Amino acid sequence: MRNWRTPLDADKVKVPVGRVVVINDRCKGCAFCVEYCPKDVLVMSEGFNRKGYHPPEVIKDGECVNCNLCEMICPDFAIFCLPAEDEAAADEGGPN
Amino acid sequence: MKADPTGVLTGVHYLDGDYACGEGAMAAGCRFVAGYPITPSTEVVERISQRFPMMGGTFIQMEDELASMAAVAGAAWTGSKTMTVTSGPGFSLMMENIGLATMMEAPCVVVNVQRGGPSTGLPTMVGQADMMQARWGSHGDYELIALCPQSPQEAFDLTIEAFNLSETWRVPVMFMMDECVGHMTEKVVIPAADEIDVVPRKLTDKKPGDYKPYEVNGKPVPEMVRAGDGYRFHTTGLTHDERGYPVMSVECQSVSVKRLMDKIRLNADQIVRYEEEEIEGADVVVVAYGITARVTRAGIDMARAKGIKVGFMRLIVVWPFPETRIRELAGQVKAFVMPEINYGQMVLELERCAGGKATTTLVPHGGGGVHDPADICKAIEEAAK
Amino acid sequence: MSTESDAILAQEHPIAPFLRMDRMPHIWCPTCGIGTVVKCFATALDEAKVDLDKVAITSGIGCTGRVAGYMNLDAFHATHGRAIPFATGLKLGRPELEVVVFSGDGDLTGIGGNHFIHAARRNMDMLVILVNNFIYGMTGGQNAPTTPETARSSTMPFGNFERPFNLPHLAASCGASFVARWTCLHIRRLTKTIRTALNRKGFRFIEVIAPCPTLYSRLNRLGSGLDLVKFYHDNSEIKHGADTRELDIAFQDRFICGNFIDEERPTFLDMMHAHYTEILGDRYVPMSPEGGWLHE
Repeated sequence: MRNWRTPLDADKVKVPVGRVVVINDRCKGCAFCVEYCPKDVLVMSEGFNRKGYHPPEVIKDGECVNCNLCEMICPDFAIFCLPAEDEAAADEGGPN
Repeated sequence: MKADPTGVLTGVHYLDGDYACGEGAMAAGCRFVAGYPITPSTEVVERISQRFPMMGGTFIQMEDELASMAAVAGAAWTGSKTMTVTSGPGFSLMMENIGLATMMEAPCVVVNVQRGGPSTGLPTMVGQADMMQARWGSHGDYELIALCPQSPQEAFDLTIEAFNLSETWRVPVMFMMDECVGHMTEKVVIPAADEIDVVPRKLTDKKPGDYKPYEVNGKPVPEMVRAGDGYRFHTTGLTHDERGYPVMSVECQSVSVKRLMDKIRLNADQIVRYEEEEIEGADVVVVAYGITARVTRAGIDMARAKGIKVGFMRLIVVWPFPETRIRELAGQVKAFVMPEINYGQMVLELERCAGGKATTTLVPHGGGGVHDPADICKAIEEAAK
Repeated sequence: MSTESDAILAQEHPIAPFLRMDRMPHIWCPTCGIGTVVKCFATALDEAKVDLDKVAITSGIGCTGRVAGYMNLDAFHATHGRAIPFATGLKLGRPELEVVVFSGDGDLTGIGGNHFIHAARRNMDMLVILVNNFIYGMTGGQNAPTTPETARSSTMPFGNFERPFNLPHLAASCGASFVARWTCLHIRRLTKTIRTALNRKGFRFIEVIAPCPTLYSRLNRLGSGLDLVKFYHDNSEIKHGADTRELDIAFQDRFICGNFIDEERPTFLDMMHAHYTEILGDRYVPMSPEGGWLHE
């Protein structure tokens, strides 16, 4: 994703930062999330999950913008995003 | 509980069997009917379509019998008592979803006003050739209940009984009328609503979360819920476990399907119903059902006039078949005679249960009319020799 | 921050309350699109603020037919093709239910074709989400009423020579009051369409094109589900309000998506109530929205 110029209110708008959570053993290695992440934050990992698939992993730390596209497009309910600052909620667990 | 008065047309009426059946359904508390026209059953739903708007019922004429039975199976899950009505060709079409209702344990009543078959057959003339189909029509192992009225009065009374049985045992009940009873007009007495006992739809006391759709806890029948009450249950036509989830295993099949069979088989004594006349000391017992039972009485009178000791057994609940009683009688009598308007259906059950201890004679009739009592008398005489 | 490993995962996917998590992982193949459509549906249910206790979902037989089994709603897995009349029974037996039919192309328009057209004709109040993968997937890849011409299937091994259905046109011509088509890639637009549809009445039909990697894609050498989804990306055109006659889909060709019809029309029950009220006046006793359950 690239902007052709810096938006005029760039100093006022805070770009969200997200944290990707992958439920490894549910992933079936379809790679939809990798393909369509707008910030190209994910790749298929080298490692395997219990079923022999390659789940995704984050390679660009801190660049996830919490757009939730991976969460929406994953057919296996195996990946979702949480707002990164919300450490308290993240540690508590449970759906946001 | 007692019947809801809004559905009970109390009084002395002159009705045909089809109309009486419709009245019986309304008296029993049926409030959803999906049907498709087919002679000779259409009058049942015609009457229902006229009276339902006045009592909070919904009737819909679906696009075919497949849809009718599917809608009935669906509506059963809303707490409504539901019914559909058909004849031979439609009965064949409904088999798939009768199987679904049996598997899901959805209470409903299917009325089959039998006509001559097979295939399009004799649309406006009587037959009794769907009796085996009522029991075995759908694929796979299952058990259900079938009743057979012999008059418009019984068409009223037994329809209420059919709904009661279906609620008690959570099973589709086949109401096997025949065209003669369906189109015969006779006196029908409909009592006051508080004189009619109906079995209401019983729902579980358990809370959502504690409830499992097919958990029995030793009882024969699991507790039911309604869609929309927050139970978030799942049910399927696939072989399923207590949670209603499909489980494809030999073990699940043997547990769950066996329970469906045992539900009826082990409780057959509570379900079976028949009427007997002069069985004591009889040499020959004539077994009949439906319109044939009425014709048979004339034949029996003729035989008795010739000095033969003839007893009569009329089947009211046809499935489950009164096996225990027939086995008992087979040891006491010389012969069974069964007139049916078909080429041998219930007689096969009769012969099986007689077990060779008494001879079994069929008096067949292709359909289109009823037996000549003289033929029945002749068969009785032959059997008595 | 890196991807979390299993150890910290006391967290569950946000959509979990809408699913039967005790049945996860589901049976659908890797790169199958059905799961995505289910996610969009669940999200739409959440956003539309529907009373989930009053939603009843019915599915038929097939891969998409398994959807009802995974949703944490009153769920019914009916017989092949009969999800729509089953849902009709549910709706008419308890009119306050929000009834959803979620099934596949072969189930709803092949064996279920007759029920589809009549429910649309009657404007029966139900939301029908049809996942179109152009094939009968679960049974091994047979030809479906939506299989495009020249596509191979297990029963058309030399390529399909039958004309397929144009589903939005079929629904519209039968009288559906809400018709849309998306693919499983159009996640946000699909979710929005489902959300809009949940707030409408009448026969609402949403076709969702999704890949079938194991049968359709493999038999026609189209790659994996991801390759098909990339194809949708490059070849789908959004044209809201397009004439449904233009919506045919040829094999591996450009196709049109969008919201085509969104009209307010009286439903079957509306018409029944209006008619009986007019003809019968005070004598008319409608079934209560709670349904026909008679009890003490």
